[in-house]
Amino acid sequence: MKSRSSTLQVKVNRGSQADQYFQTFDVPADDNQTVLDVVSWIQQHADPTLSYRFSCRVGMCGSCAMMVNGEPRWTCRTHVKKVVKADRLTIEPLRNLPVIKDLAADMDPFFDKWVAAGGRHHPSSTRADPIAKVDPTDKARVTADASIECINCAVCYAACDTVAGNPDYLGPAALQRVWTLYNDAKDADKFSLLDQVSGMGGCHSCHSMGSCTHYCPNELDPMSAIAGLKRATARSFFKRGD
Amino acid sequence: MLNLKLYMLQRISALVMLPLVLGHIAVMIYAAQGGLSAAEILGRTQGSLFWFLFYGTFVIAVSIHAAIGLRVILYEWMGIKDFKLEILSWGICLALFLLGARAVLAVTWS
Amino acid sequence: MMRPARAHPLWLAYILHRISGIILALFLPLHFWVLSLALTEPARLDEFLTFAEMPIVKLAEIGLIFLLAVHAFGGVRLMAMEWLPWSAPQKTLAAGAVGVAFFVSGAFFLQVI
Repeated sequence: MKSRSSTLQVKVNRGSQADQYFQTFDVPADDNQTVLDVVSWIQQHADPTLSYRFSCRVGMCGSCAMMVNGEPRWTCRTHVKKVVKADRLTIEPLRNLPVIKDLAADMDPFFDKWVAAGGRHHPSSTRADPIAKVDPTDKARVTADASIECINCAVCYAACDTVAGNPDYLGPAALQRVWTLYNDAKDADKFSLLDQVSGMGGCHSCHSMGSCTHYCPNELDPMSAIAGLKRATARSFFKRGD
Repeated sequence: MLNLKLYMLQRISALVMLPLVLGHIAVMIYAAQGGLSAAEILGRTQGSLFWFLFYGTFVIAVSIHAAIGLRVILYEWMGIKDFKLEILSWGICLALFLLGARAVLAVTWS
Repeated sequence: MMRPARAHPLWLAYILHRISGIILALFLPLHFWVLSLALTEPARLDEFLTFAEMPIVKLAEIGLIFLLAVHAFGGVRLMAMEWLPWSAPQKTLAAGAVGVAFFVSGAFFLQVI
């Protein structure tokens, strides 16, 4: 194995949306070190004004995603060893989102689209009814289960070139959420779900380039979920004739 | 960039063209043997209802398909939108159809 | 603006589909115009077809046939994924589309040399 030098050269994005620049820090290298460890080291030992976002540090909360050497990653579960090139790291805020400051991207557009996609449960019964029995081996349930581990980290959103070119596009995460609800036996309004993903920014804008699936840290498959929505809407197109 | 209607139009025009493209490629491979001449092409196509319908359908489908495809690219890569995008998309569709229709008439009408 | 590394197979399939589509769309008006010569100036059509015998033009034709084939088979792959849920072996299918396109344009190549 190649021996590594004891310092990492880390280029970090600084400033806010209108005024961004890079600042380079020398960070001590460790055998076991995540990208988030590196960012935290800078904030704690080099420049306490560095802004970034994290919470759980174990890949549950989805708040620490950043661009690392140009690729979107959850920084708390990304080992430096896996991504470092010649002892250098470049760390930037998530792509396709406005920058609040330094490494903190403004997640508002991402969550606004989550709401706009209609990823909201439509109840099929009231609290007075008995709890619905769901068969875990049912085909639709298996499909829905495939996507429920999404942690809203927006890595897919940052990876997607369709989002980059089309500001109205709802994006992989929000569309995948709708596909989950569509396959949920307890959701009562499938047609409204399909309608909400059939507009100009909906599932039909997707070009199936698969960067979402390629980069999803939880190894989900939003591209296939969006393909599922295309299939369901196409079927309803022939059925409903509109 | 595409809503359900444009998406369906894009997919349906693609499905219509699939056998036509395969046929077109097959004819090209067959006809390219020993070089092309105007007489050879016209001898095959002129006065033929089959080739008129074949290429006529092809031209209609490709005008729609190319216009929708370019519309998306104009929007995503060049930031053209709203009224300008509508005009350009329809313009591309119409221009391709007119040029194509003239070509079909030229080679199939005797 | 920073770019994520994109050289994964399905992104390459997407960009190939898009670029081939653009070139084919740009080629169409020329193609239609040349054929229309049959109506207006048959002599010039023959002149053009002679010009098309030049090796460099032949090479461009083979390229166009490759682009047409790769756009068609790539499109078939997309529609299969979207409508028949053949989602598992997408990378293999994408590679297959390129392979078949090479085969088809290769067949044309063998005919014209």
